[in-house]
Amino acid sequence: MRTLTAILAAGAALLAIAPAIAADQADQIIRGQYQAVLGDCAGCHTRPGGKPLAGGLPLETPFGALVPPNITPDHETGIGNWSESDFRNMMKTGIGHNGVRLYPAMPYAAYTKMNEQDISDLWAYLTTVDPVPNKVEANQLPFPLNIRLAMWGWNLLNFTESAFTPDPSKSAEWNRGAYIVQGAGHCGTCHTPKSFLGADQDSVFLQGASLQGWFAPDITSNAQSGLGKWSQEDVVAYLKTGVNARSIASGPMAEAVENSTSKMTDPDLKAVAVYLKSLGSDTGNTQAPKPDEARMAAGEAIYHDNCSACHGGDGAGAGALFPPLVGNSIVAQGNAETLARVVLAGSQAVHTAGAPTTPAMPSLAWRLKDQEIADVLTYVRGSWGNSAPAVSSDDIAAVRKELLR
Amino acid sequence: MTTILPRKDVVIVGLGWTGAILAHELTDQGLDVLAIERGPWRDTATDFNIGYAQDELRYSIRRDLFLQPAVETMTMRNDPSQTALPMRDFGSFLPGNGVGGAGVHWNGHTWRFWDSDFQTKTNLTKRYGAARIADLQVEDWGVTGAEMEPYYDQFEYLAGISGKAGNIKGKLQEGGNPFEDPRARDYPNPPMEMTYAPTLFANVGRSMGLHPFPTPSANMSRAYVNPLGITMGQCTYCGFCERFGCANYSKSSAQTTILPVLMKKANFEVRTDSEVLHVDLAAGGKSARGVTYVDTSGQEFFQPADLVLLCAYGLHNARLMMLSGIGKIYDPNTGEGTVGRNYCYQTNAGVQVFFDDKNFNPFIAAGALGQTIDDFNGDAFDHGALDFVGGAGINCIPTNGRPIGTRPTLPGTPKWGSAWKKATVEGYKSTLGYSSQGSSYATRTNYLDLDPTYKDRFGRPLMRMTFDFPDNDIRMSNYLCDRMEDIAKAFGGKQYSVGRRKKGWDSVPYQSTHNTGGAIMGTDPKRSAVNTFLQSWDVPNVFVIGASAFPQNAGKNPTGTVGALAFRAADAIRNQYLRNPGAPLVRA
Repeated sequence: MRTLTAILAAGAALLAIAPAIAADQADQIIRGQYQAVLGDCAGCHTRPGGKPLAGGLPLETPFGALVPPNITPDHETGIGNWSESDFRNMMKTGIGHNGVRLYPAMPYAAYTKMNEQDISDLWAYLTTVDPVPNKVEANQLPFPLNIRLAMWGWNLLNFTESAFTPDPSKSAEWNRGAYIVQGAGHCGTCHTPKSFLGADQDSVFLQGASLQGWFAPDITSNAQSGLGKWSQEDVVAYLKTGVNARSIASGPMAEAVENSTSKMTDPDLKAVAVYLKSLGSDTGNTQAPKPDEARMAAGEAIYHDNCSACHGGDGAGAGALFPPLVGNSIVAQGNAETLARVVLAGSQAVHTAGAPTTPAMPSLAWRLKDQEIADVLTYVRGSWGNSAPAVSSDDIAAVRKELLR
Repeated sequence: MTTILPRKDVVIVGLGWTGAILAHELTDQGLDVLAIERGPWRDTATDFNIGYAQDELRYSIRRDLFLQPAVETMTMRNDPSQTALPMRDFGSFLPGNGVGGAGVHWNGHTWRFWDSDFQTKTNLTKRYGAARIADLQVEDWGVTGAEMEPYYDQFEYLAGISGKAGNIKGKLQEGGNPFEDPRARDYPNPPMEMTYAPTLFANVGRSMGLHPFPTPSANMSRAYVNPLGITMGQCTYCGFCERFGCANYSKSSAQTTILPVLMKKANFEVRTDSEVLHVDLAAGGKSARGVTYVDTSGQEFFQPADLVLLCAYGLHNARLMMLSGIGKIYDPNTGEGTVGRNYCYQTNAGVQVFFDDKNFNPFIAAGALGQTIDDFNGDAFDHGALDFVGGAGINCIPTNGRPIGTRPTLPGTPKWGSAWKKATVEGYKSTLGYSSQGSSYATRTNYLDLDPTYKDRFGRPLMRMTFDFPDNDIRMSNYLCDRMEDIAKAFGGKQYSVGRRKKGWDSVPYQSTHNTGGAIMGTDPKRSAVNTFLQSWDVPNVFVIGASAFPQNAGKNPTGTVGALAFRAADAIRNQYLRNPGAPLVRA
């Protein structure tokens, strides 16, 4: 049992091995580590169960597959040969070491707003990560998109190097929130609708977008489709734990909560909430037409047989386990893709220190036909004060097909 | 060829209630813990899917979640003069299998044993004289009720038990069990909403001067967040608890109270579908080196570990000790040996009352939703003028109204055909049942050992169970049936029937999965296999945790006590054993 005793003494041993790093440098590395949290580097660059930042799972873009590369300081396969100015230029302009042009799946259009100090801190941190030899062929796009020079043209049309401009009329907290959301947090990468060239459409910033088989909802303060009914505390709880009284994070957002937002400081989460709650307006909101009564009746019957045990007869849900469907922003989106996906494939809540339970919704694909799912979702979207548009069986069929792919 | 694996600090055999509790506690201590589980991984959304979790045919009749006899069975006989035969199917009891163990498919009755239960031998000798228990082999547990209290509390708060305290720090509480020992605080959740049958039962009981109270239940009366931060949902009263996994996160189990946190720990690992064949001992047999297990491909592995915790079902703990040479196997002729000694069970009986004019809506139910009367349990009543010791809780807990299994009919009704169909329609809604959960006291000839003839699929001897209901327990059960008959008369139904317990234990009809003993705890290494911290007397880096430690069984379901003993063992390992690993915590 010598080893047991050794384990008990492990705390003391750790102190002894800490390398001798100057205090100011250590501070910078720690700050940089936090920038990596804000930027959710691991979300793309770490494969589930893989070595940190040694390369991720392929991103399926509308243009083809891109594999997030190895960004550990390995000289052969990572960014060990990069200089700090290479890194700074890449974050600011999308042009990396040796002038290689990145594809905008790397959200440099957002990172360009990060300030020099934060980028420098992040670089300091990345140089301390364990180097992992792991060759990643990032560019798996079809011809001619696989020609990186094409990004010269893309950038010309869609990108300007810029810096975050604070709004002096707003509070420091609001500006901090805006800086995180627009910059390192790169929320718009998922939540802002894209042009046909895949660029963010700034006029509809954060108003919801479809990607990788999920619909990233409107996170402006729009009362109908966005966070209008959420309090600041609701937003903070959601980002910190993945769960609040109104929703449970699923899909890519669950990963973002796990890797990034749950590790942000409370003041930063509050700043993000203050900023998001200030966006958007309710002008232009319209009531969806009343759904067909026969479909509502069919949907209600399906709901009571399949959904009500957890989500309640009145859609009120059950605390942190089963989200309410009343006023749920996923339910309220114009696009029902996420909703369909959750019913077909199921979904599991993310594990965070504040909400460790990870309750799950089972897949109902085997049990309900497309028309039945369309009817029950139409019922849910049109009941208890919800007023999102009806869902067609073709909408469901498309998601089912995507899931089988 | 056996593959030798890298060592672990702790290896746990079986990941049910006790394995999960010990794994959680010891990983919190910083130890590197591996659990090896014979059955499959099981998780709420995938395995207790709301779309099919309530499939009575699959789960209740075909017993999908249970241990199959082809994996492990045992032989049985009623007395040592007989030749034991293998159980080709489990019937009287149904051991669990897979992650969560039997804690997945229990009902959720969560009791505390009383101090008088823990001091069985001393207490009964003092009250009624040694002659009264001369035919029995009852023992003291070596712990007091007061010593167990904080561990019961820990388990009840982990599991979110719904109930009403009867005695807080010596002050009796209106509406609780007046016979229970003092507890430090009330249950974490209030009692469940009562359905009609237990409400009526309680009214009748009270009118007779008895003391009914809500059965402490592991079905949530409301949403609950346990001390690990894990959330459970309010029970929907669907009536699919026993034999089923809960789809609503409403029934306490390792899955709903521990695993979400445990599985995320970097210093914990579980290997499922892997069966431990035996514990490997060092030369001399005084310490364990690890365990040997086999996976589903037949590949054999040696897993070295500093500390081995047997957390399988109690019966399997006892068999693993026998197969590993940990302690000496009990011999009823000489009284020597401790492993297999004091195998006990549960002595149950039941009553049905039939009405014309009542509708109990039995499908609105939960596994532990009911009322209990403890006036004739344990030593709550004077046995001075009686011819037995022990007792039973009388429970009106209509656990379900499932369509295949719930078919109460009047005595004399044909077993099939149109007359049966008519009777079953009449009886379904208008029949009320209750039962006695009776104590089971040890005798010299009720025991476990290895079968001389029959072997399992790995060539290891099956365990042999020699058991019959002791005369004392039959007398106890008859007395309880008389008391239940008194209650039946007071109900004023059109008819009632009493199912009395008889000698000649039959392994076929389901009775109870409350098998206890075989590796009992105590203060004397000649009469117990483990000390009061559940540490093997013979191999001190092995702990044996479960109902296998009960010296005899009380008139209550065992899980609460199993959970409390697990927390007590964890406390002893964390705060005593690790200071001097490998040494006995108690000097005999």
